Amino acid sequence: MEKVLGHKLASPTPRISSSRRSYGSILPHLDWLTILTYFVLVALGWMNIYAAVYSPDNVVNILSFDINSGKQLVWIGASLLLIMVLLVVDYKVYEHLAYPIYGFIILLLLVTLVVAKPIAGSRSWLDLGAGIRLQPAELAKFATALAASRFLGSINLRQQNFRDQMILAAITFIPPVIIVLQNETGSALVFAAFILAYFREGMSPLILIIGGAAAAIFILTLLVPQLYLIAGITVLMALATWLDYRLLRRFKTMIGLWIVVVGMIFSVDFFVNNVLQPHQQNRIKALINPEADPLGYGWNVTQSKIAIGSGGFWGKGFLEGTQTKFDFVPEQSTDFIFCTIGEEHGWVGSSILIALFLLLLVRIVNIAERQKSVFARTYGYCVASIIFFHFLVNIGMTIGLAPVVGIPLPFFSYGGSSLWSFTILLFILIAIDANRAKDLAR
Amino acid sequence: MNYLENRKYVIQGIFLLVGIIYIIRLFYIQVVDSSYKQAAETNAIKPIIQYPFRGLIYDRNGKLLVQNTPVYDLMVIPKDVKNLDTLRLAKLVNLPLEDVRDRLKKARAFSSVQPSPFYQKLSTQEFAYIQNNLIDFPGFHINARTARGYPHQSLAHALGYIAEISPRQLEDSTYKGYRPGDYIGKSGIELEYEKYLMGQRGVKYKMVNVRGVEKGSFRDGAFDTLAVAGENLVSTIDLDLQAYGEYLMNGAKGSIVAIEPATGEVLAYVSAPFYDPNLFTGKDYGKNYMELLQDSNKTMFNRPIMADQNPPGSVFKLTQALIALQEGVISPNTTFACNRSLVNCHNHPSPLNLYGAVQHSCNPWFYQAYRLLINQGKSKNTFTDTAIGLKEWREQVLSFGFGQQLGIDIPGEKKGIIASTDLYDRVYGKNRWKYSTIYSLSIGQGELGVTPLQMANFAAIIANRGYYVTPHIIRSIGDEGKPLKEYREKHYTSVDPKHFEPIVQGMAEVVRAGTGRRANLQKAGIEVCGKTSTAQNPQGPDHAVFLAFAPKDDPKIAIAVYVEHGKWGGQSAAPIAGLMIEKYLTDTVTIKEQEKWVLSRKYLDIRSK
Repeated sequence: MEKVLGHKLASPTPRISSSRRSYGSILPHLDWLTILTYFVLVALGWMNIYAAVYSPDNVVNILSFDINSGKQLVWIGASLLLIMVLLVVDYKVYEHLAYPIYGFIILLLLVTLVVAKPIAGSRSWLDLGAGIRLQPAELAKFATALAASRFLGSINLRQQNFRDQMILAAITFIPPVIIVLQNETGSALVFAAFILAYFREGMSPLILIIGGAAAAIFILTLLVPQLYLIAGITVLMALATWLDYRLLRRFKTMIGLWIVVVGMIFSVDFFVNNVLQPHQQNRIKALINPEADPLGYGWNVTQSKIAIGSGGFWGKGFLEGTQTKFDFVPEQSTDFIFCTIGEEHGWVGSSILIALFLLLLVRIVNIAERQKSVFARTYGYCVASIIFFHFLVNIGMTIGLAPVVGIPLPFFSYGGSSLWSFTILLFILIAIDANRAKDLAR
Repeated sequence: MNYLENRKYVIQGIFLLVGIIYIIRLFYIQVVDSSYKQAAETNAIKPIIQYPFRGLIYDRNGKLLVQNTPVYDLMVIPKDVKNLDTLRLAKLVNLPLEDVRDRLKKARAFSSVQPSPFYQKLSTQEFAYIQNNLIDFPGFHINARTARGYPHQSLAHALGYIAEISPRQLEDSTYKGYRPGDYIGKSGIELEYEKYLMGQRGVKYKMVNVRGVEKGSFRDGAFDTLAVAGENLVSTIDLDLQAYGEYLMNGAKGSIVAIEPATGEVLAYVSAPFYDPNLFTGKDYGKNYMELLQDSNKTMFNRPIMADQNPPGSVFKLTQALIALQEGVISPNTTFACNRSLVNCHNHPSPLNLYGAVQHSCNPWFYQAYRLLINQGKSKNTFTDTAIGLKEWREQVLSFGFGQQLGIDIPGEKKGIIASTDLYDRVYGKNRWKYSTIYSLSIGQGELGVTPLQMANFAAIIANRGYYVTPHIIRSIGDEGKPLKEYREKHYTSVDPKHFEPIVQGMAEVVRAGTGRRANLQKAGIEVCGKTSTAQNPQGPDHAVFLAFAPKDDPKIAIAVYVEHGKWGGQSAAPIAGLMIEKYLTDTVTIKEQEKWVLSRKYLDIRSK
C-alpha cells in the first residue's frame, strides 16, 4: 500500500531530477536577451503608467495602490511568480495539454459570454470576486497559439489536404467569433495575425498578398476619391498586362481581377456606412479625417496626435507632460500609453521604444527558427505575430495610421490580464526554447 | 523545405518596415510639424485673469466719490452637490422653488465641475445669513469680488457707470483684450478714463485637465503676472457744493455747471433730475436702468452737455457786445434808443449806453448794435454784405467755444448750433436773406443752440476777461498726477481782453440793481456779476437761465444755471446761482430767504405734472 502510494507520488520527481541530471540547470539555456528586453519593456511601461496618471496638484507615490502604477506593480510581481512556474513546469506539458487548454479557454469564453455583465458595452470580463476581474479573450491568444501549433505539428505539412486546412481554420477562428459576440472586436482582430505564422509553415503567399492588398484597397478607398482610385488601378493593371506577355495570356483572369477590385471599392463604401455599427464607423472616419470633428469622433486620434506631436525631439521630460495627464488623451494608461512616451520622451524615446519592440520581434523569429519541432517553431511564430499585431495597431492608432482599435501595447499598457497573457505567451516560448536540446535527443 | 526558411526574412522584413514607417511618421509629427505643440498649449494651459482693483475717484478735497465695495455671489459646483434640500435652499435665498431648480439646471448645463453663479450680488445681510447656513449645502460656496460703490449718491451723470462689456464692444478691435463678462466704463468718467481706471490685468497660467479643472500652476508660475490696480483719479468737483446744488435742484429739471475760471476745473455738475448711482451696481441694475431710461423726465439725459437745442437768450447779448466792441462798430458809450418798433422790449430808461443796455437787457439796443456789426458795408449788395458779416461774426462766436464741442472729459458732449450762411442759404436760398431775416440772433434767439456747459464756459471767459481753459472734471490722474495736457492750455477768444471790462461792469449792475438781484451777495461782501436769460422753449414754458461769476475782481467761480420751465432767469435761476456762489466761496449760506424761495418752487408747476 505504502509502496504503491509512494511510487505514485514519487514518480514525477525522478523524471524531473533525471532531466536535471542529464541536462543541468535551465538557467544557462534561457534566452537572456529576450528576457532582458521583456523586463526593460515592463519597467518602462510601469514608469509611464505612473506618468500617465500623475497629477501635479495631487502627487501620489508611484507605489500607491490607489493609482494604476501601484496596481501594475502587483501584476508585475504576480508575473514574476508566473514566470517561475512556467519555467519550472515540464516544457512538454504545453504541447501535451495544448488541446485541453484550448478547450478550457473556449469554455471560459462561452461562460463569459453568458454570465458577464456588460462593461462599456463589452461582455468580456469575468468577475472572479474580491474585485478581481479576468478577460478570457486575452488568454485565448496563447491557448489558440498552442492548439494551432500542436495541430500543425501533428499533420504532414507536405501533404496538406482540405480537411486539415479546415480544422486549422476552425481552431484559429472559433475564439475570435466568440470574442466578437462579446463585443470585443479589437481583441478578435488579433487572430488575423496567425496568418503570418501559417505563412511560414507553407501557406500560400497569395493569401498574405491578397489579405494585404485587400487591406490596402480598403484604406485607399477611404482616403482617395473612388473615381481616381478606379482610374489609377485600371491604368496600373493595363500597364502590367502590356509589359508582361504572360499576363496577356491570362487576359480573362486580369479582367476578372479588375472586376473584383472595382466591386470591392464600391462595396467598401456600402460596408462602412451600412454594415458597421456607428462607433465602428466613427473610428474608421476618424482615421480618414480626424480634424473634421476634433471634439467628436476624431477626439481620440486628434488628442493622441497632439500629445505625441507636442513632445518634439527630446520630449518634455518625465512627468512633465500636460496632454497625457489631465485626461486629454483617453485611456491614457492602457490603450494610449504610447502617447505618454511620445509626449514626455519625444522622438528619441518613441524611436527607442519601437527599436526595443523590433529587437524583441526579430529575436523571437530567430528563436522560432532554431526550434527543431514544428510545434515549437510554429508557436514561436505565433508569439511574434501576436505581439507584432498589437504593436502595429496600437502604435498605429496613436499616430493616426490605423483605426482606433482598443488593444493594448504588449508588456507596456496597464492591466493584469494583458500583462499576464503576454507573459505567459512569451515565457512558454522561452521555456520550450531552453529545453530544445532535449528535443534533439528525442 | 528550404524555400520556407527564407520566409523568415519576409516576416522580419515586414516587422522592420512597419517599425521604420512608424519612426518616420513620428519624426514628422514630433519634429517637423509644429502645429501639435501649439495645439497642446491651448489644450492644457489656461490663462486665468487676475482682475485689478479699479481706480478710486476722489473729489477736489479728498473726499471719496467712487469706491470698490465687495459683493458676494453664491456659486455652485453641480458635481459636488449632495443630498440637496431644494426647499430649504429656496427659503435660504428667498426664491421660488421652480426658480431654484431652473438655476441648478442652468448651472449643470454649463458645467458639472466648474463653478457657476447660482445667485449673484447678495446683499451683505443675505451674505451673512447664507454664509452661516452654507455648511449644510455641499457644492455651494461664496465668491467675493468687487463692484462700484458711491458713498455720497451724488454726481451720477458725470461719474457714469460700469457694466458688463457688450457683445458689440467685444467685436470691436478698440476693446481688444477684454473678455466676455468683463466690466467696463459705459458712460461718464468711468468711460472716459477707462484705460487709467481699469488698471492692468494679471494673468496666472494654470494647467487644466480636459474638463477645465485646475491642476496646479504652469512652470510654477514663471510666466504669471500680477494685477496692477487702476490709477486713482482726483476730480475737480467740490462734493459739498455738488451735493448742495443737487439739494437745490431736487424736484426741478435743469442743470448747474460751476467752473473755476482760471483753471477750467468743473466745481459742480448737476443734471436734474438725478439718480443715485448705486442703482446701477446692485442686482436690479437692468431693471433700474430701463426704468430711468424710459421715465418722462428724461432722468438719464445728461443735460449739461447734451441739452443743446435751447437758444441762449439774453446772455448772448454779451457775446454780441464783445464782438461789436472788437470790430469797433460800437464803443462803451454808444447809445441807442429803445425803439420798440424794431423789436419788443420792457420798461426801462432810454436811451442807454452799453452798461445800461446790459443791465436792462434792452432788446432794441442790441438789434441796432448787431446790425452795425453784420452790415459793415463791405459790399454794396445788402444780401452779400449780410452774408459776409454773418460769416465773420460766426468765426468770432466760435472762438468762445460755442457751436463746437469744448472737449470736457465726459463723453457725449453736443456741439450746439450757431447760425451760419450755409444754414440760411439752405433755408432761404443764396442771397435771399438779409439782416431783417436774422435779427433774432442779436438777442440770442433764432438759429442758436448752446449747452449749459458752453454757457458756464462763457461765464468763465468773461470772468477771465478773454480766455478759457477747456472745462474738465478730472484734475489729476494718480494721486500726485496732473490733468491731461489739453486741460492746461489757455484758449483766447478773438476779442481783446480790454473790451471785457464794460461787460463786467454791466453784469455787476445786473446783480446790484437789475434783473439778477436775487443773486446779490452784498451782505456777505461778495460782488457778483451776472446776466439773466430766457431760453425760448417751443414745447412749453420757457427755460430760465442765469449766468454769473464772482467775485467781480479775481473771480473764483463762474456758473450757469438752467431751470427748465422756470420762465424768467431772474426769478428761478438767479437765486440758485447766488446760493451756489456763496456756498462755494464762504462755505455758508446767509441768503436763507432765497434758499427758501428756491425750495418752494413757487415759480414752477413741475410738481403738479
